[in-house]
Amino acid sequence: MKDNLKQQRDYFGEALLELGRANPQVLTLTADLESSLKLTAFREKFPNRFFNIGVAEQNLIGTAVGLSLEGFIPFCASFAVFLPGRCFDQIRVSVCQNKANLKLVGGHLGFSNSGDGASAQAVEDIALMRSLPEMVVLCPYDGEETKELVKVTAEHNGPVYLRISKSEVPPEIKIKNEKLKMTYKKLKIGGARVLKEGGELTIASHGPILEEVLVASQNFDVEIIDAYSIKPLNKEMILKSAAKTGKVLVVEEHSIYGGLGSAVAELLSQEYPVPVKILGIPDVFGESARGRQQLLEKYGLNANNIREVISNL
Amino acid sequence: MENLEEIAKKVRQNVLKMIYRAGSGHPGGSLSSTDLLVGLYFGGVMSEKDKFILSAGHVCPAWYSTLNYKLQITNYKLREFGSPFQGHPYKKFASFVETSTGSLGQGISVGVGMALGKKIKREPGLIWVLSSDGEQEEGQVWEAMMFASHQKLNNFCLIIDRNGMQIGGDTEKIAALEPLKEKYQAFGWKVLEIDGHNFGQIISALRKARENRDEPLVIIGKTIRGKGVSFMENQERYHACTLTEEEYRKAMKELRSN
Repeated sequence: MKDNLKQQRDYFGEALLELGRANPQVLTLTADLESSLKLTAFREKFPNRFFNIGVAEQNLIGTAVGLSLEGFIPFCASFAVFLPGRCFDQIRVSVCQNKANLKLVGGHLGFSNSGDGASAQAVEDIALMRSLPEMVVLCPYDGEETKELVKVTAEHNGPVYLRISKSEVPPEIKIKNEKLKMTYKKLKIGGARVLKEGGELTIASHGPILEEVLVASQNFDVEIIDAYSIKPLNKEMILKSAAKTGKVLVVEEHSIYGGLGSAVAELLSQEYPVPVKILGIPDVFGESARGRQQLLEKYGLNANNIREVISNL
Repeated sequence: MENLEEIAKKVRQNVLKMIYRAGSGHPGGSLSSTDLLVGLYFGGVMSEKDKFILSAGHVCPAWYSTLNYKLQITNYKLREFGSPFQGHPYKKFASFVETSTGSLGQGISVGVGMALGKKIKREPGLIWVLSSDGEQEEGQVWEAMMFASHQKLNNFCLIIDRNGMQIGGDTEKIAALEPLKEKYQAFGWKVLEIDGHNFGQIISALRKARENRDEPLVIIGKTIRGKGVSFMENQERYHACTLTEEEYRKAMKELRSN
């Protein structure tokens, strides 16, 4: 069963290729990470719409902004540590202060690149992007969600940061409850989806760590929200769920500072104060490991750790 | 052709008026780049399909004043609340701004992207970018230089206001740029070095931007910071400052009498 799983970046590469077919204005730019971000199929199909800028992320952003001002829709793809990490000011001024219609794709989120260690593990990228006016921040989980959010990203007129992983993810989520079933076509900027209904605790999360959350929450009466649109946040859904359960746990493969946990805490503390627990990467950088699971365990983010936190809340 | 010297004189007066009234601004670089801008906008070298980016966003008083004169708009005030003449060019407030600048190094990259976009679309027109010499210290400039020549962007013309000074003093004492010409050549650019206050040389160099070539063009205009106001020339104080009433009156008197 596990053998059939694909990595989230594979779904991204497929969606980008489809997008290239559907929209001739879409270009792909990378700072020499074509194979890491699964861009090869796009390059082979559209060699004249693919640009390897070289290992130069700042110029990657500037060039993409120029292309967007000429009417193209550039998708800029690199590791999340470099993009947005290395070119924050270029994104701040050239992208956001122009409201440029370009898309940033940050790969290998959180601990998904376990071997490369601290310099390659993006644990603070959401905090950076969430702080910028005009920027939209999206973090998909399963394969279908990833593909749909690539489309949503392209349709939005303005900058979007799409955060993706090297981790394996299920192709789609099987939701048993008929009432909760939704089509992926309903995903939108500012949206969120309930993966499981419950009454005693709300868990908000995003990205591949949802796998751990789903396993951990079995046998608990908890409501699980996939808050794939971190900015703008689906405030209504979170407020409604918090009003029902009275307490909220946020789980994310990101620093405890500045991510979804902060977004939820900012919302609830001002509009509907209830206890909030943020379970994320503590205030540390990552480190090398043979696998992501070792790091999740060490930093308290695997299913067992999450289960323990749920049972104590 | 209108008398470029006369236009430049009026633009310089407007630069000082703007900065004096705003209570802050960058007179040194604005005055050194005035002739390059006046040459570009009034020398008959720009076409309707061309686009211009002020990558050295801090010298916008010179650009705004040039546009003021060109478009006969006088009702906007520099750095005033809600004004399109923001302290650094900001697209949100001004439709004539192609790309927001003010953080050095970025406008050149964006211009390179626009030039590439025109190539993909097979569209005519040049992208002109005005940069400062202090800006050349930004790593992004060298990233863009490498990429522009690799893509053979012969529809791109970079103009460098080489006044030799930056905030902290002489460029050569801080992080020597020389030999700047050879550096650009080594990166695959065609380089023209000119006297950035000589309109004959300025126009002749700008015209070369439309010549058939395989490489991007850079025009290094040797200039004097604070040009046109004797007590401001090559003085560190006038990089960015508040002009006193006495300084303003003295400077205007000199510009009017010259």
